Amino acid sequence: MSLELKGVSKQVDGETHIYPTDLKLETGSFNMLLGTTGSGKTTLMQIMAGLEPVSSGQIFFNGADVTGVPVQKRNVSMVYQQFINYPNFTVFENIASPLRVAKVPEAEIKRRVDEMAELMKLGPMLQRRPSELSGGQQQRTAMARALVKDSSLVLLDEPLANLDFKLREELRDELPKLIAKRNCVVVYATTEPIEALLFAGHTATLHQGRVTQFGPTSDIYRTPKDLISAKVFSEPPINTAKVVKEGNVIKLGSDIKWEAKGNLSNMKDGQYTFGIRPHHVTAQELGEQAIKVEGSVQITEISGSESVVHFNMHGNSWVSQSHGVQYHDVGSVAHLFADVSQGLYFDDKDQLVSL
Amino acid sequence: MAKTENQKAWFFVLPVLILVAFNAIIPLMTVVNYSVQETFGNNDFFWAGVVWFEEILHSSRFHDSLMRQLTFTFTILAIEIPLGVIIALAMPRKGPWVPVCLILMSLPLLIPWNVVGAMWNIFALPDIGMLGRMLNEMGFDYNFTRQVGDAWFTLILMDVWHWTSLVVLLAYAGLVSIPDAYYQAAKIDGANSLSIFRYIQLPKMKRVLTIAVLLRFMDSFNIYTEPFVLTGGGPGNSTTLLSIDLVKIALGQFDLGPAAAMSLIYFLVILLLSWVFYTLMMRNEEQ
Repeated sequence: MSLELKGVSKQVDGETHIYPTDLKLETGSFNMLLGTTGSGKTTLMQIMAGLEPVSSGQIFFNGADVTGVPVQKRNVSMVYQQFINYPNFTVFENIASPLRVAKVPEAEIKRRVDEMAELMKLGPMLQRRPSELSGGQQQRTAMARALVKDSSLVLLDEPLANLDFKLREELRDELPKLIAKRNCVVVYATTEPIEALLFAGHTATLHQGRVTQFGPTSDIYRTPKDLISAKVFSEPPINTAKVVKEGNVIKLGSDIKWEAKGNLSNMKDGQYTFGIRPHHVTAQELGEQAIKVEGSVQITEISGSESVVHFNMHGNSWVSQSHGVQYHDVGSVAHLFADVSQGLYFDDKDQLVSL
Repeated sequence: MAKTENQKAWFFVLPVLILVAFNAIIPLMTVVNYSVQETFGNNDFFWAGVVWFEEILHSSRFHDSLMRQLTFTFTILAIEIPLGVIIALAMPRKGPWVPVCLILMSLPLLIPWNVVGAMWNIFALPDIGMLGRMLNEMGFDYNFTRQVGDAWFTLILMDVWHWTSLVVLLAYAGLVSIPDAYYQAAKIDGANSLSIFRYIQLPKMKRVLTIAVLLRFMDSFNIYTEPFVLTGGGPGNSTTLLSIDLVKIALGQFDLGPAAAMSLIYFLVILLLSWVFYTLMMRNEEQ
């Protein structure tokens, strides 16, 4: 199965919410929509579902044009960030509700709800009402309701955002298993790059109503097409600085320089924006081409397994992410190493320089 | 070491204590005081025990007023609650018309009660009032000052006009607090507007509707000004509700004892019925 958007856009009151977008989403893996709050993830999902009409463009499902088809006829399920359940139905009735609408026989309903409840670990809760459940159980009920019918399109709109850390981890593990056996297109919206990486599949990065890049998740992470895609897909945010290439030397400010090795030497001389992910700026000397960087420390966050240091790097605010506990006093000068071989170079139009 | 006692805390409670004493405890105790005594004027009081309570509870006049009161209250509840919900459902949820609708809805609530009574009195007069004259022109024999049915019709119409807005505003507040995602989820399930109402809107409105029912119940059970100005309890005693009857006994006949006893019974009836309402409506919540 496949869902294809062709030139889909959305304007509301003269304001553009989604710029013309082309996307082709396939069965078999997660299709992640990654972007900050307000980047248009939810709007795009509502368009995919048929909840919102498009302003222009067409939507195809398995090659058939479904642009104007109402949501009820599209066989769609959706899970929301808020826990949406029927408040006065029991968990059983909640999960059974889409099957009841579809007039599935009673015995079949019982079998499928029990099976789903088993998967979602809701077995003992079936006779309770949503208000008597914890947040995690409520969201599991909502997911069970979305997955119990054989939808051809499953939309998950930040389903784990309102859950506590432990539950989120648990459901992150379970979700791919639940989806794996299904013949449906799965779209998952999230603000967190880590979720996109975790579920792998394909990722579309969104920024202010535009899909900036779409492709297999790891490709997008490794080679973002432009600076915006790189920024969307990096947490903590990617470090940037202006650099100048002269011959086979790259200079950052007056004092930091490194050799332009390999393909880099083919890059034209001139000014570039250099980007490096925080975990390549470390307290230990790691990587093939670690160079010394230093700057005054603004904030440190130590979680035990890693230490995050925000420091001033030639007027840019940089973040370093190192293993273990690394103490740095605020205001002191941190001496760190940047593995510039992992850096990305963007031209004056913020496009990635292909090497 | 001896524990230091600090009596200063009492000073912080004192203002509230004084306030509550003046607006609730002292007036109530005055009423209790009257209800167990007999007076023949001159400020001479004699102990009467529970005589007045027995008298009131056995008086057919009280029974009749109570029945009229119950009829009135349950009639307006049966009209105002569903009507309020229907109007709230019909109101726009976003856009430029929202403030317009809200202001229009609030207007009746802003009018002083005696003005409402006077307005409707004139409005319904059969010879010169717009409503009364119109009904008569249309061939109905309408005269709320002479015919019991007409008096009740006007009384209930007035209360519905005055107070449905309150139910509308409360129900509307309940409706707009439902996240859009619920409606979308229902749409995906293929639910029609009737099932959306039954399974999403009604359960989500339950709390505000409970408050609406309680407020309308208590207010309508206490109602005095509007019917007093409109019909003065007539024709005959046909629209003499509990509060009007109470004032007649207390100020018309100056029977302070029976009036005080009746006030307390009146108070207990409201308390009891409010409790019954609340318990019934919140029963599911606790299960």
